[in-house]
Amino acid sequence: MPPMPHIKGAATGPRSASRGQPAMTTRNRPLSPHLQIYRLPLLAIMSITHRVTGVGLVAGLVLLAWWLGAAASGPEAFEAAQDLIGSPLGYLLLFGWSVALFFHLGHGVRHLLWEAGWGFEIPQAYASAKVSLAVTAVLTLVAWIAGLA
Amino acid sequence: MTLRSPIGRARGLGSAKEGAGDAWATIVTAVALVPLSLWFVISIIGLAGADYATFTGWLARPLNATLMVLTVLTVLYHAQLGVKMVVEDYVHGAAAKVALLIGTKLVAAFLAVYMAVSVLKVAVGV
Repeated sequence: MPPMPHIKGAATGPRSASRGQPAMTTRNRPLSPHLQIYRLPLLAIMSITHRVTGVGLVAGLVLLAWWLGAAASGPEAFEAAQDLIGSPLGYLLLFGWSVALFFHLGHGVRHLLWEAGWGFEIPQAYASAKVSLAVTAVLTLVAWIAGLA
Repeated sequence: MTLRSPIGRARGLGSAKEGAGDAWATIVTAVALVPLSLWFVISIIGLAGADYATFTGWLARPLNATLMVLTVLTVLYHAQLGVKMVVEDYVHGAAAKVALLIGTKLVAAFLAVYMAVSVLKVAVGV
């Protein structure tokens, strides 16, 4: 049987013994890659993370609208908004959104390269995945160092 | 010569020739958002902890107001296309899907107009 590296805890031998069933009907056929047992490859994790960060950034847009609306409403509303953004919870949200934004940006550029017809080979896809992850980390780090300096 | 079946012609169904429209709009807005989002992040970093006068003074500059309005309009158009894709992929009930798709458009339109009005109010200074 070929190894199945993407299946968590994939059985390596026949399962017939423990169940007492005939070996004929219980030999290891290819398993359906059900999400609960399927270990997603990096490229699949990148893909779903792009979606998750996109949806998360929509929540950030609601905060941005509230912040801009506060600035348009007057000094009291704006200072209240700034206090909330400057709180520990505000910083936590900002950090999450900054990571999400930089991931979505980096991975979005990957999508644009694919749209241009570049990078469809598996090694290139893995290389660009790693580059976009590195870009996410570096931009997040640089932004927060610059922001807190 | 046509490959369409007679019943297909009779019903008038077929490609609306707009199938790639959302994909193209996603690409165009994404290209615009690369520089806009970088400008936004750099601006926000520069404004960290700014008081009311500093922030409104910054936003009142024509270039900043222009880029902020462009950013919010572009990002809302891009975001509602993305949410639409997610709804289309994961929501299977017809009623819930239509409700969410319409709701997405309306919420996106509200947020886009609300933010644009807010920026312009600060920029025009009334």
